[in-house]
Amino acid sequence: MTENMESYPLSLEGDGIPMVRFQNVTKRYGSLVVLNQLDIDVSAGEMVTIIGPSGSGKTTVLRMLMTLETIDDGVIYVEGEPLTHMERNGRLVPASSAHLRRMRSKIGMCFQHFNLFPHMTALGNCMEGPVQVLGLSRKEAEERSLELLDMVGMIEKRDQHPSRLSGGQQQRVAIARALAMRPKVMLFDEVTSALDPEVISEVTSVIKHLVDTHNLTMLMVTHQMGFAKEISDRVCFFFDGAIEEQGAPTKLFENPERERTQQFLNAVLHAN
Amino acid sequence: MTYIEFLDVYGGRLIDGTIVTIYQFFLATFVAVVAALTFGLMRLARSPVLRAVAVAYIEFFRGTSLLVQLFWIFFVLPLFGITLDKFTAGFLAVGLNMGAYGAELVRGAVLAVPKGQWEAALALNMAPHNRMRRIILPQAFIIMLPPWGNLIIEILKGTALVALIAVADLMFEVRQINITTFLSAEAFGTAIVIYYVIARFFVTPGMRGLERLMNRRIGKV
Ligand SMILES: Nc1ncnc2c1ncn2[C@@H]1O[C@H](COP(=O)(O)OP(=O)(O)O)[C@@H](O)[C@H]1O
Ligand SMILES: [Mg+2]
Repeated sequence: MTENMESYPLSLEGDGIPMVRFQNVTKRYGSLVVLNQLDIDVSAGEMVTIIGPSGSGKTTVLRMLMTLETIDDGVIYVEGEPLTHMERNGRLVPASSAHLRRMRSKIGMCFQHFNLFPHMTALGNCMEGPVQVLGLSRKEAEERSLELLDMVGMIEKRDQHPSRLSGGQQQRVAIARALAMRPKVMLFDEVTSALDPEVISEVTSVIKHLVDTHNLTMLMVTHQMGFAKEISDRVCFFFDGAIEEQGAPTKLFENPERERTQQFLNAVLHAN
Repeated sequence: MTYIEFLDVYGGRLIDGTIVTIYQFFLATFVAVVAALTFGLMRLARSPVLRAVAVAYIEFFRGTSLLVQLFWIFFVLPLFGITLDKFTAGFLAVGLNMGAYGAELVRGAVLAVPKGQWEAALALNMAPHNRMRRIILPQAFIIMLPPWGNLIIEILKGTALVALIAVADLMFEVRQINITTFLSAEAFGTAIVIYYVIARFFVTPGMRGLERLMNRRIGKV
């Protein structure tokens, strides 16, 4: 923490506070500035997609929100409360682990490489958090998990270990596992990038179903431009650790204003 | 004296010695596993004090000879008021010595669990002790089983040294028989065969079986 924390509110008040706010968030690795004074608001129930060239800081945004990375400057608010800070004597100080655990429970994440627990079955993966973290009984956790496995179309594979599942199947289990914690915000980091082309749609259709049926707030990093256009409320184009341009998907994809956005979209469309 | 006659006369003592060796082996393995887990995890702890204690243990027991450690525990500790019978001193010395190597195996295996597993557990908001117990250690266990197979053979071989503080193990009996009969080839030859048979036909298949069992439990064949 290199700057004066007094310029940040202790919490956000009033109507219409965003589900997630990044205020002036900076992330550095040594001398490399990965995120540069980033401001972004995400409303409750909104689906925001992040696109941009490799290395532009997209993953870092999600990892900071999941508390997998520390934050060098600025404050992230979730439901108006600071995520990795807390108030003490009228000032923001680094959060205690109790505060972090409470805040983290609002957020769930799916990873590019699924990261399922290999020593547990599909069902075991989904039950782990509800039993160990939420303290549900095994019966309740199983009911909840089976419902979610059914939703992602993985109910028949519930007793299989991840090594017996295809990438698309593993990713669907990973989505069910994250949802079993009942997060308010879901983060998807290139969840289809490690998949064979023919199974990508099994995963995207699950996400689409979530958007249609749940009131989740979602932040998604993807290279699937068609998918992003179809399901996003807003698309953010990242360049060099900052938002170069953002807007409604039709606007951003069909009528990008910035030259870098145009170049990026041209490059991606030609690659496909 | 034919070899058959040798076995007829001394077979009983060889069997008694073998039984003591097997006891020493099991107890030393138990001590080694407990020490390896304790100090291997302390070596990874956030607290510098815990880490320093673990490093001191590992350095001491790996950096000095097992025989000296055995003598130390049996002959020197009594001077500090800690007197152990020779049987206990024997397996304790072997177990603590091998536990230092085991601690490095534990540490290496924990670090070898992919980072994504830690992150997935954190994303589920699991508490640190649950992350370790439920997610990391079961995977580390599978990673470290093969090197533990070798270490456990070393433990078996290491127990032969307890004869030098007069624990009546296989090596002790064989030395006694040799001193009184000068049948060196028969005595030491039989001992070599017995150690080999235990290692080759019991310990190694046992560890392989455990590896297969654990791999089956994670769905790999
Ligand atoms: N742990 C790390 N140490 C050093 N540099 C990192 C680390 N993680 C990410 N970076 C760097 O931060 C930049 C942004 O990374 P990332 O957020 O993963 O980009 P994206 O997801 O947009 O491809 C990249 O230049 C990357 O090399
Ligand atoms: Mg990325």
